[in-house]
Amino acid sequence: MATAKPTASSRLLPAPIGAAMVILLIAPLILSDFRLGLLAKYLTYAIVALGLDLLWGYTGMLSLGHGVFFGLGAYCAGMYLKLEATRATGEAMPDFMVWSGLKALPAFWEPFGSPAFAVMMAILVPATLASILGYLACRSRIKDVYFSLITQAVALIIPILLIGQQGYTGGTNGVTNFGTLFGASLKERPTQIVLYLATVLVLALSFVLSRWVVRSRFGRLLVAVRDDEQRVRFLGYNLTAVKVGVYALSAALAGVAGMMFVPQVGIISPAMLGIVPSVEMVVWVAVGGRGTLIGPIIGAIVVSAAKSTLSESFPDTWQYLLGALFVAVVIWFPQGLTGLRISHVIGRFTGRTADRDLADATHGTSTGKERQL
Amino acid sequence: MDLLLLQLFNGLSVGSILLLVALGLVLSFGLMGVINMAHGELIMIGAYCAFVTQTTAAKLFGGTAPAISYLIAVVLAFAVAALFGWVLEVVLIQRLYRRPLDTLLATWGVGLMLQQLARSVFGAPNVQVVSPAWLNGGLAVTGSLSLSYKRLFILGLAAFALVAVWAYLQRTGAGRRVRAVMQNREIASSLGVHTRQVDATTFAIGSGLAGVAGCAVALLGPVGPALGTYYIVDAFMVVVLGGAGQIVGATVAAFAVGGLNMAFELGSTASLGKVAVLIVVIAFLQWRPAGLIARRTR
Repeated sequence: MATAKPTASSRLLPAPIGAAMVILLIAPLILSDFRLGLLAKYLTYAIVALGLDLLWGYTGMLSLGHGVFFGLGAYCAGMYLKLEATRATGEAMPDFMVWSGLKALPAFWEPFGSPAFAVMMAILVPATLASILGYLACRSRIKDVYFSLITQAVALIIPILLIGQQGYTGGTNGVTNFGTLFGASLKERPTQIVLYLATVLVLALSFVLSRWVVRSRFGRLLVAVRDDEQRVRFLGYNLTAVKVGVYALSAALAGVAGMMFVPQVGIISPAMLGIVPSVEMVVWVAVGGRGTLIGPIIGAIVVSAAKSTLSESFPDTWQYLLGALFVAVVIWFPQGLTGLRISHVIGRFTGRTADRDLADATHGTSTGKERQL
Repeated sequence: MDLLLLQLFNGLSVGSILLLVALGLVLSFGLMGVINMAHGELIMIGAYCAFVTQTTAAKLFGGTAPAISYLIAVVLAFAVAALFGWVLEVVLIQRLYRRPLDTLLATWGVGLMLQQLARSVFGAPNVQVVSPAWLNGGLAVTGSLSLSYKRLFILGLAAFALVAVWAYLQRTGAGRRVRAVMQNREIASSLGVHTRQVDATTFAIGSGLAGVAGCAVALLGPVGPALGTYYIVDAFMVVVLGGAGQIVGATVAAFAVGGLNMAFELGSTASLGKVAVLIVVIAFLQWRPAGLIARRTR
């Protein structure tokens, strides 16, 4: 009885994660407005990375178009914020619509005046798009690199569409110039802190959800799909349902992340959901460690922080570094930062070299097998 | 009517560029199952080769580059891009054999570095390749319809590349070994085909073709570090649509994508055209998942 209790609680929340939560929660007391804003942004990225990892690290489906889902969620939130800003000034419709010569607010914008609707759409729109794409891909058994290429093509065309429909989407500039959220100015510190804490909460919930998913029967099935898709099919599972399910969940998480991103960063534009940002999302997961849940969170924060720091002071070096990071992670650390630590520890105790672990981890599959579920 | 013909010609022209870009991808993808995301940057390297050749020739001959210099640039672009490709294969891709998704990421990283390298060497602003005098103007078909020599030349270049690749694969010993490895790597290897060498050579040839494509697109517009990214996704669609390792499939697919792009553009806008093409590709894959021509393996 006495021993059962700590086990149960540590299963719910391991000590390092608890410590990380505490650090995240006291961060607003220490960090300046600017730094807190950056951290909040990275945490939204961490949510995307978590979802992407479910899809790639666990199921072996590499999406090169997750920026699209992130962006769709962000646009949904941005539309609400824009309408609130418009209402505050008493105008009939957002400024960019006036510039594009629209006569009235488009019908599909109307319901976004309701925050509940906007939140719902931020989740449903990405999930629905992913379901359709996933269904079509699975139906014709588009998988592996073919799946990646199709998702990348989607990441190419959605920004083009958004830029083309300037009157409805704000074109290249995207949706920006927000004022308030529920009447509270987005520029003021209390609002920022509340939004930051909300982001921490959403990240924590996403983590718990992902943890529950990967430990469930469904999660086992995901790993089975990654390791041998044919076998899962022959065992009689509905492969399409599994794949569409995890793709939709992953897209929904990206949408939620986008929704949290917009009020804190204050803009969403087509440039943020193209091919390049989508691939950067994959880097977060790869660097942090695919197939673990904590890895992508660490990866998203570390890589984004490194990017902000380095790209400000050395814009040229950053590109080289990012490129080299891709290559290095893939060749030498397929398990990312978390894998590095674990294999080091294992190596110290068992005398196994990191190389052998690495060979084991990548043997026979296109993604690294991670035993640390 | 003239507009329609012109658009048809433009579709052919876009198709021929896509074919040049996709030919190299077909080789590397068909042979090794490798997605080379740095292919776009090899195009960029080819385009800069054209630029460098031209400026050097202009310096050497005082003012204007001689007419032949562009043709030299094409050969040079093939050689330089092939060298880059060969190094890439030997240093990186060979270590990632059978990990296609990882190869995709690693080559993307290489692409980023190559783009930055171009920015460091040539600067971020675009440069312009002045097309040789013999490619200026166009072939007047009717009063208002004239087919630009540049685009006709690119069509010819694509046709030449296609025939050359076909002849290489079908009519040479090295090509026969490539086909053997494509069909069954293990058996080919056990029968004495040096598969690593075949991989490296084929990858280099594919990369060289990207360089040639770069020379071609340098005629049509400005050359910048991100040049390759405009073509690469469409080229991948061509490969997916055509079927892996299928030269014939890729050819049909390239002209189909080029034609569809132009057809949809005529009916709507350029952006909607791209969307329509993607939808057509996905819809087509519902019907024939393996692409236009399914690959036969033994």
